[in-house]
Amino acid sequence: MKQEFTVTVYTENQIGLLNRIAIMFSRRKINIESLNTSPSEIEGIHRFTIVINELEDVVKKLVRQIEKQVEVLKAYYNTNDEIVWQELALYKVPTSVIAEKVKVERLLREYGARAVVIRTDYVVFETTGQRDEINKLISVLEPYGLIEFVRSARVAIIKASKGFHDKLKEFEKKEPGEDVIENEYLGKGGEVFTM
Amino acid sequence: MSTIEKAPAKGKTDKKPAVTNISGSVAVLEAFLAEGVDTIFGYPGGAIMPIYDALYDYQEKLHHILVRHEQGGIHAAQGYARSSGDVGVVFATSGPGATNLVTGLADAMIDSTPLVCITGQVFAHLLGTDAFQETDVINITTPVTKWNYQVTDATEIPSVLAKAFYIARSGRPGPVLIDITKNAQLQKFDYEGYTKCDHVRSYRPAPIVRKEYIAEAAKLINEAKKPFVIFGQGVILGKAEQEFIKFIEKAGIPTAWTIMGLSAIPSDHPLNVGMLGMHGNYGPNVLTNECDVLIAIGMRFDDRVTGRLDKYAKQAKVIHLDIDPAEVDKNVKATVPVWGDCKETLPLLTAQIEQKVYPQWLQKFKDMMKEEEDTCITPELNPTTDQLTMGEVIKTLNELTGGDAIIVTDVGQHQMVACRYAKFTQSKSNITSGGLGTMGFGLPAAIGAKVGAPKRTTVAIIGDGGFQMTLQELGTIMQSQIDVKILILNNQFLGMVRQWQQLFHDKRYSFVDIESPNFVQLAKAYNIDGNSISKREDLKKAVTDMLNSKGAYLLEVMVGKENNVFPMVPQGCSVAEIRLK
Repeated sequence: MKQEFTVTVYTENQIGLLNRIAIMFSRRKINIESLNTSPSEIEGIHRFTIVINELEDVVKKLVRQIEKQVEVLKAYYNTNDEIVWQELALYKVPTSVIAEKVKVERLLREYGARAVVIRTDYVVFETTGQRDEINKLISVLEPYGLIEFVRSARVAIIKASKGFHDKLKEFEKKEPGEDVIENEYLGKGGEVFTM
Repeated sequence: MSTIEKAPAKGKTDKKPAVTNISGSVAVLEAFLAEGVDTIFGYPGGAIMPIYDALYDYQEKLHHILVRHEQGGIHAAQGYARSSGDVGVVFATSGPGATNLVTGLADAMIDSTPLVCITGQVFAHLLGTDAFQETDVINITTPVTKWNYQVTDATEIPSVLAKAFYIARSGRPGPVLIDITKNAQLQKFDYEGYTKCDHVRSYRPAPIVRKEYIAEAAKLINEAKKPFVIFGQGVILGKAEQEFIKFIEKAGIPTAWTIMGLSAIPSDHPLNVGMLGMHGNYGPNVLTNECDVLIAIGMRFDDRVTGRLDKYAKQAKVIHLDIDPAEVDKNVKATVPVWGDCKETLPLLTAQIEQKVYPQWLQKFKDMMKEEEDTCITPELNPTTDQLTMGEVIKTLNELTGGDAIIVTDVGQHQMVACRYAKFTQSKSNITSGGLGTMGFGLPAAIGAKVGAPKRTTVAIIGDGGFQMTLQELGTIMQSQIDVKILILNNQFLGMVRQWQQLFHDKRYSFVDIESPNFVQLAKAYNIDGNSISKREDLKKAVTDMLNSKGAYLLEVMVGKENNVFPMVPQGCSVAEIRLK
């Protein structure tokens, strides 16, 4: 059965790499639900967080192909249970309505939202959370005249991860240790591609 | 530019520490010399003119072959790489020059052929302006290259080219394309010598060999009753032919090949039981579904080899040796994956297996070969029909070359017949477009194959359709005096498609009836001698004349129009359902 997977890819920071990775999904006619790419905690290393709906078997093969790319250091895939993930959302609402309805303030507190910009004509609220939490606040704000809404891509931390610093040091060696080699999961079955 | 690293100093090949001021173009050619390049296949144009200008002074050291079309250039480089075992090098200009490389890149990608292609590009300040002959070659070629990179600053050239050659030839080889803007070609910079690359931190050419899986694989092999070895080009690419032969000889296991693996072992090896796949031999296909341990070495279970996957070798435990981790479990689930370079893994495995023979099991292959001989092979090789068959032409060729020639084929019926019947005595002798199935590959690839192995007789076996796709390369043969023997097997049809239309589309021959020019006259126009025959009594002499001719020669053999290639695994059928007629 298809389910949501989060693919995490550590790469060199190079022009064209986004395309090289993106076409691996489109070639297999897999839609990317969400894509975040940003510098990782290590200088010069980028981290991609890609959300797709797929069969595990397909994802596993895809991740191996991604990892094969010359400028990819490491790729992982995880189910939602294995990660801590968040999205960030911005909501733009008319100030007049907000000011009149006291209820709104309570609502925003309930959803952990905070005001980013307050102007006479509109207010921009920000919240972080998971997809359904963010969606819920949209439906709540809609009656108050939600003008505009935007959400970010997912960012996710892999629960079992011990970070990438040590791994990178290994990659820089000519003879890396066993824990970073590609076949680290051989025979481990379920632990495939988890750190 | 964080990714272009300086390799460790020990890999240095240039002893002169002196700094010289050279252009980016000269740096490209210096890189070629340092990497041992001797031949470039190319075609000049506006955006690569500075490199061609520099080449003018390097003509003595770098042999440039002017092709007639960039596709011909890249196929020639592929042929060169395949016959020599080294990297093929191509020059093309920007825009149409670069886009003409795409078919060859795709072919080299799927057949793991090491290439370094240099394309010229418009000046960096013109990128994205729809300048004359500007095309986004990096994005066009991304899916069909192992690595590609655009250079806009000449100082990057030495390190980028070092990386290009390293990536192209290491691990599972593949094509690399470097796009160099014209300003970078012209730019002068302080050159500190060339340093070969031997490490890229984000790239592992080969996985580390796991001893425990070697032991598991050896155990499975030692316990097997009906083991079966199937192998592909990995054995050739890994230069592991000797290791492979030692392995099968100690194991005593019947061995079959994919068309990409063909010639890695001599055809007359007693354990060679033939060809796998759609038009492969009867025994290897049927017995794939009867063996108890299937040992796949350097092959990727292409659908043309496996037929219907859910009915493929389901009864067998599968041991898969491959250098590319992504190939293991991709199509066929491995019981024991043995990742690594087979040059390294095979000796480890050989050391742990017992010396064995399987006379009854091997006899089964022989019995099935007998059956195939009666129904398919004898009628093909010793026909009683009036018209010549492709098979008897190949048989005659075998008799006259003794199996020592390099056989380059195009794509279609003649390719399958050549792979089925051609005999080989040495490795790197069968050069064909396996994965992509590129019609038009044969003639230019034969040019490169001859240049890559100049002492060997090179025969290009091509159909009447495929020949007309790249026949402009006759001009290259003429000008560069390439001694290629061109053997056209003319059935006046696009034969393979016609065969499918006959078998699966009620003989509705839709646009497969292809007319050809007078090939012999055409060759004569290029100063290439030739002959055309259609009678059996002329065959031996005609092939002898071709092989004995000085320089290139074109022999057209008219063969039966509606002959089919059998056996055949129909699409969607299991290998066990292979049809003998």
